[in-house]
Amino acid sequence: MSEAVLALPKSIALVGNPNCGKTALFNRLTGSRQKVANYAGVTVERKEGRLELPSGRKIRILDLPGAYSLNATSPDEAVTRDVCLGLHPDERQPDLLLCVADATNLRLHLRFVLELKRLGRPMVLALNMADAARKRGITINAKVLEQELGFPVVETIAVRREGAAALIAALDAQHPITPPASSAAETDLHAEARHLLARAVHMPDPTSPLDAAIDRWVLHPVMGLMILAVVMLLVFQSVYAWAGPFSDGIESGIGWLGQSLAGQLPEGLLRSLLVDGIIAGVGGVLVFLPQILILFFFILVLEESGYLPRAAFLLDRFMVGAGLSGRAFIPMLSSFACAIPGIMAARSIPNQRDRFLTILVAPMMTCSARLPVYALLIGAFIPDRTIGGMFNLQGLTLFILYMAGILGALSVAWIARFFGRHNEEQALMLEIPAWRLPNPLDVLIGLKERGMIFLSRAGTLILALSVLLWVLSTFPTPPADWTRPAIEYSFAGHIGHALAVIFEPIGFNWQICVALIPGLAAREVAVAGLASVYAISAPEGQAEQLLSAALASQWSLATALSLLAWYVFAPQCLATLSVVRRETNSWRATAFWAALLVGLAYLASLIVYRLTLILA
Amino acid sequence: MHLSDLPLGTRATVVAVSNLTEPDPIASRLRDLGFVAGEPVSLVALGPFGADPILVQIGFTRFALRRSEAARIEVQHV
Repeated sequence: MSEAVLALPKSIALVGNPNCGKTALFNRLTGSRQKVANYAGVTVERKEGRLELPSGRKIRILDLPGAYSLNATSPDEAVTRDVCLGLHPDERQPDLLLCVADATNLRLHLRFVLELKRLGRPMVLALNMADAARKRGITINAKVLEQELGFPVVETIAVRREGAAALIAALDAQHPITPPASSAAETDLHAEARHLLARAVHMPDPTSPLDAAIDRWVLHPVMGLMILAVVMLLVFQSVYAWAGPFSDGIESGIGWLGQSLAGQLPEGLLRSLLVDGIIAGVGGVLVFLPQILILFFFILVLEESGYLPRAAFLLDRFMVGAGLSGRAFIPMLSSFACAIPGIMAARSIPNQRDRFLTILVAPMMTCSARLPVYALLIGAFIPDRTIGGMFNLQGLTLFILYMAGILGALSVAWIARFFGRHNEEQALMLEIPAWRLPNPLDVLIGLKERGMIFLSRAGTLILALSVLLWVLSTFPTPPADWTRPAIEYSFAGHIGHALAVIFEPIGFNWQICVALIPGLAAREVAVAGLASVYAISAPEGQAEQLLSAALASQWSLATALSLLAWYVFAPQCLATLSVVRRETNSWRATAFWAALLVGLAYLASLIVYRLTLILA
Repeated sequence: MHLSDLPLGTRATVVAVSNLTEPDPIASRLRDLGFVAGEPVSLVALGPFGADPILVQIGFTRFALRRSEAARIEVQHV
């Protein structure tokens, strides 16, 4: 035991309150040499990096989730508590606790530092954001603080290149100092923090006057909501305006790759697997990447600047009325572009129940991938007519489809309040941090992390599933004297025919059922699926017109409307499914998610189909 | 008086945080966040819908608290 204390530390854990700039300091210390994973069984992010000290010694650095107290109230805080106490099953107790405290918010942060000190582990305190403190006229006597605390105290400016130099030197130079362990009552911590503050810190003003001025506008009941609306509008405009060219570029790049590969390879199964299975499948995933990165760029900037908690403050009551929390707003809104970044953005919701509920309902927001299906069916079945003197019937239908998704999501969230542990009061208690200029390095590292999570974690699953779908729609291959569309002879065809029994009550014919199977890859693929079932092959541009005409002549209006209702709710997208799996870290939760959405879709289609049959 | 009844812009001092249930994780978290006897608090802003949540300044930190949370905190006018 004493040997471990005397030895130079090989592993360090960064620990501190939320909003102390801990992750920025972690980025500063480790650069991009980071490994991001989840702790087993929980959706808590585990971040580890490496730091090479000037002496050549290498240490492992763990970025523990932000916590206010060791008296944990969330899975994140429980991980921090367990690691600090050395109780975590998969994590060795770190050799040194590097406490990070915001120098402008010491009254709150020193309490946690003092709580950690009682563990009697080797410690160093980093007074982060020392520049912001100086700017506000806050003076901190680090020497006095060091004497009182009994372990080294260094100033850091995580967002500056050399801002961690003093900290690195301190880590390199000395053997760690271990304060004595103790256990005193909780109230003493606050008294101790006040005592330290009185001895070592001079603070002219509790908040920065600039922050107060900005907040008078941003948190204003009327102006605040208007600013929020404008910010969101700008974000969405940018996502659509900027992502389009990149997505188109990726799409044509994938198309070119597929075609040139098809030209090189002889006609056969290998070519089909590579071109129709793997390249098309991976391409279907890559196309989402620009949208995801651009949306996350804005989410990260808004989060880092401190705007997101303020938006949650403004919208909390509204979202609580719907059974969600204020923090669910960004995930829900993002899902109109694509459910994937929406579900990933739900990470910022600390409460696990609220978070799962948000993941559950976010995909009901109409994403951009549904539009090709909607466009095809609306074009084929809804007359282009003006009703009520001003509404275009086709536009009105699209509006109803959007509203159906929103109302469905709100109803599910509302109903969910009556299930599970609803008696337990859900807490907000949300810290509204000081305004900060986002640091490019931190935004960049955050973006890289999100991109990699999507590509590697979700991507591998999507690749496997697209190969599986290819197998289903290719084998068995049609006999030599085949007359009907090739897909009809395949497993997908057989499954489609079998499924037709289940889907008959909601008006789906077997052709729709067959097309739904490849359409699982991504919603817009269903259009291609329908084209191959109806054996439509035409040069690009004309195929959709022909398909539209074929559908209009072969389906009833009830069937078309029923399929539209199906697409409002059905989880017809493997990429979303794999992200739900990744974010919930549980196949059970994912299965529940999929079952609920399929059930809702079936119910909605059944109602729409029967109603149309009665009315028409 | 409870913190949830404090008028906008006024200053007060925390008297105590009471448990509504036993145990009350929300009350003990409020104490961890610094809502302990003698701390100065003020009400900075109100949410746009039903004046809920409220924005409370305690020490150098500001927290958004739902009214049900703030109702646990007993304060005294200064």
